[in-house]
This record gives sequence, C-alpha cells and structure tokens, in this order.
Amino acid sequence: MPDAAVRELTYGEAVKEAIAEEMRRDPRVFLIGEDVAEAGHPFKTLVGLVQEFGTDRIIDTPISEPGYAGIGVGAAMTGMRPIVDVMFGDFITLTMDQMVNQAAKVHYMSGGKIKVPIVFRTTLGATRRSAAQHSQSLHAWVSHVPGLKVALPSGPYEAKGLMKTAIRDDSPVVIFEDKMMYRVKGPVPAEDYTIPFGVAKVTRAGRDITIVATSSMVPVALGAATLLEAIGISAEVIDPRTTWPLDKQALIDSAKKTSRAIVVDEGYERYGVTAEIASVIAEGAFYHLDAPVKRIGAMDVPVPFSPVLEDLTVPSSSVVFEAAKALCGKA
Amino acid sequence: MTTQAREPRMELEQHLHMYRQMAKIRAFEEQVNELYKSAKMPGLAHLYVGEEAVAVGVCEALHRDDFITSTHRGHGHCLAKGASVNRMFAELLGKEPGYCRGKGGSMHIADPETGNLGANAIVGGSAGIATGAALSAKMRGSGQVAVCFFGDGALGQGLLYEVMNMAALWTLPVIYVCENNLYGEYTPCGDTVAGEIPARARAFGIHAESVDGQDVQLVNATMRRLVERARRGEGPAFLECKTYRYYGHHVGDVNREYRTREEEREWMTGRDPLQTLASRLTGQGLADASVFERIQTDVKTEIDSGVQYALAAPYPDPSEVDEDVYA
Ligand SMILES: Cc1ncc(C[n+]2csc(CCOP(=O)(O)OP(=O)(O)O)c2C)c(N)n1
Ligand SMILES: [Mg+2]
Repeated sequence: MPDAAVRELTYGEAVKEAIAEEMRRDPRVFLIGEDVAEAGHPFKTLVGLVQEFGTDRIIDTPISEPGYAGIGVGAAMTGMRPIVDVMFGDFITLTMDQMVNQAAKVHYMSGGKIKVPIVFRTTLGATRRSAAQHSQSLHAWVSHVPGLKVALPSGPYEAKGLMKTAIRDDSPVVIFEDKMMYRVKGPVPAEDYTIPFGVAKVTRAGRDITIVATSSMVPVALGAATLLEAIGISAEVIDPRTTWPLDKQALIDSAKKTSRAIVVDEGYERYGVTAEIASVIAEGAFYHLDAPVKRIGAMDVPVPFSPVLEDLTVPSSSVVFEAAKALCGKA
Repeated sequence: MTTQAREPRMELEQHLHMYRQMAKIRAFEEQVNELYKSAKMPGLAHLYVGEEAVAVGVCEALHRDDFITSTHRGHGHCLAKGASVNRMFAELLGKEPGYCRGKGGSMHIADPETGNLGANAIVGGSAGIATGAALSAKMRGSGQVAVCFFGDGALGQGLLYEVMNMAALWTLPVIYVCENNLYGEYTPCGDTVAGEIPARARAFGIHAESVDGQDVQLVNATMRRLVERARRGEGPAFLECKTYRYYGHHVGDVNREYRTREEEREWMTGRDPLQTLASRLTGQGLADASVFERIQTDVKTEIDSGVQYALAAPYPDPSEVDEDVYA
C-alpha cells in the first residue's frame, strides 16, 4: 500500500477534504450556511474552502435556517447540488418543513420526474456543556421520513467516505457529524473513495455478543468490548453507518452468530434508532437469540447543563459493559 | 406610570442606580471570563461587556412583574431585571443553588420572580414567548408589558416577523428591543440585513425608533415612552439600540479576525456606556469621581462574594437528572 493510504486526518479535516474534492470534481456542488465562508464555520471545519472556491460557492447566509434550507431545495430541483449547513443538530427543528415536507416529498410526488440532490450537513452529540438546545442527537426524527437518507459517520474514514457518497446521491441526505469527534484522528485515504449507503461495517469481530453502535457510540462500544474481553466475553461491534438505508441483513447475521445483541445510540432512547434496530434484530434473528435485545440510548431528559448531570445522560462504556455482562449471564 | 416630572434628586439617584447596575454587569462578566480562563466554568459564555446601557436602560423602565425574554448573551438582561449575582454565578458553574438548579447554565437563566421568562440559545427563539406573554397580559388585564431582547442576527429569523404582525394586529403590549452590536457571530450585520432595520417593524405599522445604545439615559427615556404607550393600550413598539460587544462572540473567541482593533478602540474609548454616564454627571456637577469609585468598590465586593459563594456551593444530586421533565 502507498504511504498516502495510511495518512491520518482529523474527523473535521476528513469532512472538509470530502467537500473540497467533490466541489472540484462537480461545479454544481456548493455549500450554504451561517459563518461558513470567512469564519470557516464555528467548529472550524470549513477553514480554507472560501479561499479556494470563493463566496459564490461557499455562501454565508443570515441566521435564517428555514429560508436557506428552502433555497437549497429549490436549487437542487433545478440543476445544482447544494450542501446545506445546519450548525447544530438542534436547529433541524427549524429546517424541518423544508427537509420533511419539501425535499423528502418532491421526487415521489412528481412521479419521479424531479430530483432533489441535496445534502443537509449537521451535528449530534452531548457532553460539550452546551445545555438542552445545543446538545441533542435528533437523527431519529429524519430517519423516520421516507424520502430522506441519513448517514452517521463514526470516525474520520467514514466522515470522508459518507460525505462523498451523500454529495453524489440524487436523493436528499441528512448527515450528522459527531461534534465531539472533530479533533479525533484516524487513517483517511488521500485518494478518491466513497462508502456505499446501507452497508454496515463490522468494526470489531466477536463471537459472544453483538453491539450495534452508531456514530459517537462506536468508540463507546469499542471501549466496552475491551472491558468485556478482559472477562472472557468476545464482543462484535457493528456500525450500520446509515440509519436509512439500513443494512438489516448484516445486523441480523451478526446477532444470529452471537445470539445476543445490544443496540447503542446517542439519540433519546424512547421511540429512537435503538428501537428500530432492536426490532429488526428481534424479527430477523428471533430463533437464534438467547436473550431479549437490549437498547441503550440517551436518557429521556432534555440535556442538562451541569457536568455532574449531563454525563449521566449519555451511554458510557461501563454502562454498555454492564449490560453486556448481564446479557451474557455474567452479572 | 405617570409622566409627571420627577424631582432632580430622585433623578440623580436613578442615574446613579443605573450606573451601579451597569458596573455590576461589567464586573460580573469580567469575572465570568476569569472563570472560563481558569477552567472553573463548564462550557462557554457570551459576554455582555460594552452593551450594559441597553439592558439597564430598558429594564429600569420596567416594573418588577413586567416580562423580559433574553438571549444567549443574556447575563446583563437577567441582572438588570433584578437577578442575584450569587445565584447567577451558581448557575454558570452548574451548581444546585443556581437559578435553574444547574440544568440551564449560561444560556438559559430564567427567574420568574423578576419577570424573566428565560434566556434562549435559539437565535430569535424567544420572539414568540415574549409576544405570547404580552397576549397573556392583555387577556388577564394585568397591565404588564413584555420586552423581547434579541440581536441583529435574530433579524434573519422568520418567526420575528410572524409575531410582530400578530402583535400589531392585536395591539399587544410588547416591545421588541434589537441589540444591534454590528455582528452575528463572525459576520458583520451589513452582510446579513437588507434595508433599514426599523423599517421592518414599520411595515407592520409598529412604532419604531433607533437610539444610541451606549447612552443609558437616552435608552431609558426612550423606553419609558414606549412602555407607557404599551401600557395605555397603544400597542407594540420596536427599539433598535446601536451597541457593541467588547469581547469576542463567546469567551473562546479571542482573535476576533472579523473586525479591526481600531473599531474596537473607537467604541471602547469614545462611547463606553459607563464612562459616558459618569462624565456627563460629573460635567453637570451632580457627582464627582469619588461617587463612582465607591460604586465600583461596592460592586467588586458583591461580585467577589458571589463568585466565592458559587465556587463553594454543592453540585446537584445525581438523582435530580430526571426531575422536572414534566410539571
Ligand atoms: C437558530 C439558531 N441559529 C444559529 C445559532 C448559532 N448562533 C448562536 S449566537 C449566533 C449569532 C447571534 O447574533 P446576534 O443575534 O446578533 O446576537 P449577538 O451574539 O451579536 O449578541 C448564532 C448564529 C443559534 N444559536 N440559533
Ligand atoms: Mg449581534
């Protein structure tokens, strides 16, 4: 393998590289949002793009999320390929009509005549001490809606590959980046690659229990797997990478193999991504399971500010470890 | 409230009180910055230093039970409306005696006892709440008014125009106070706001004015007129206050590449709200330097003891995490 293949980038740099490469290869791609140009985004993920692509393609907007999301939809319907930047995942509540009633519906309602190749780029993740309106993981909301695809990169490699796939997709895609992971480094190939949607990744192979984990919860699950290994339990960690399309077969196959499954996701636990995935596994692997599928999501409370409270609301490796131990009859 | 001329003595006291309030906000915010820099405060905070005359001029025109809604840059509004320094610091540190028992933090301080319906981390997010409070005041016949504080950045939010329209249609006692500090985050408001700001309110038939937000006496006098109108049932008003934040967008924004040091110096030296008031009162022979020094000393004592109180205060009990989700 050439050296370039093992080059390391941060998660944030991987996102930027994906956007830059796609903007170079396709003049229809542009990015629109708040403080994305000169400021390079409040999370500093877009620094340098405006210098390369100019303000015609890296467009600063007023603080008007529904407005510029709608402008993105209109541009996508008429030959452009916008990336709409929604700074915090909490603000998708403001863009919801444009995502759900407009972007998601157009292709179907027009009988397949009109495409909406748009990417909504936003964030998830708590523990930044930002309180209830800046800390939510709301990806389940859009995963619920037919017509939208939803990607959840769990590391730098996924951040680049999934973003490139999202930009090339002819349907609306919502991509949630883990804001706590922007400075995490990992190997990212310098060459062009994409990660297909709907293909799960076995992040760690194992025999005794399957831990399905999304986005920010992949490192948490890997941490739990290490703790489990020390007590003789071999955990398989599997990352669906997209909640829609969902690689049901891979999840079912893994659960069949290990006969136990835990699903971990940072969205609110109730009515969440964990519920959907657990039911997929329960239906598909029922006769192979030795225990009920266990779900672990964020606590069902608005995210509190105080660190002593906030940390309790997000699943940790030790919580996943204890649950796995119990499921394996070693409690 | 009546419009009868107040005694000069009372007026001086009122002005010195406004100076004290501004000094308190400034000292509070300087202390918040220290807490951040010494890693004693979780998360970030948006400092109000430089904008004190707006919160104080506005809130000193209100009664205790009048409503305000605040913003992510809200410490000044809360203090100006009567919040205690101790409980503010405690909230910023995520401690149990804080205004929200540590659940809200810097961007969510609410204090119904002083009419503060809450700071808000969604830009423009409180425009509906303030307007709804005004509708409620009208329905209940309480005579209260509601003030909605928001930044120039919030002018981008459609919600504001929906509620201004309804406030005008229904003659609601609400005053929209736009704190135009020239920037929303790292973008100059000239790049995000088309047309004249007060004209947006006038389009709905709302009485609108623009004032120098660094002149606390002017802000206060203007606001008193607008509040009286609203209480008389003459409907909503819009007040643009031209102001400036001395620090970055938040405590971590220390380089401020999006604006020049000259611009900062101009605002800080020529138009500082505390200096402006102090030199005016001194020039009029109504007070001398020792008066302001004494106020500064008092305020410093209050802030020092407030921060000590908060540092020593306990964290909430972990069992509180799922309390208060429902009423
Ligand atoms: C709906 C929404 N969009 C974006 C943000 C991120 N954000 C926080 S403060 C801010 C700038 C606000 O500017 P302005 O209203 O002028 O207030 P200032 O900070 O200048 O006091 C932005 C964009 C947010 N909190 N809410
Ligand atoms: Mg502003």
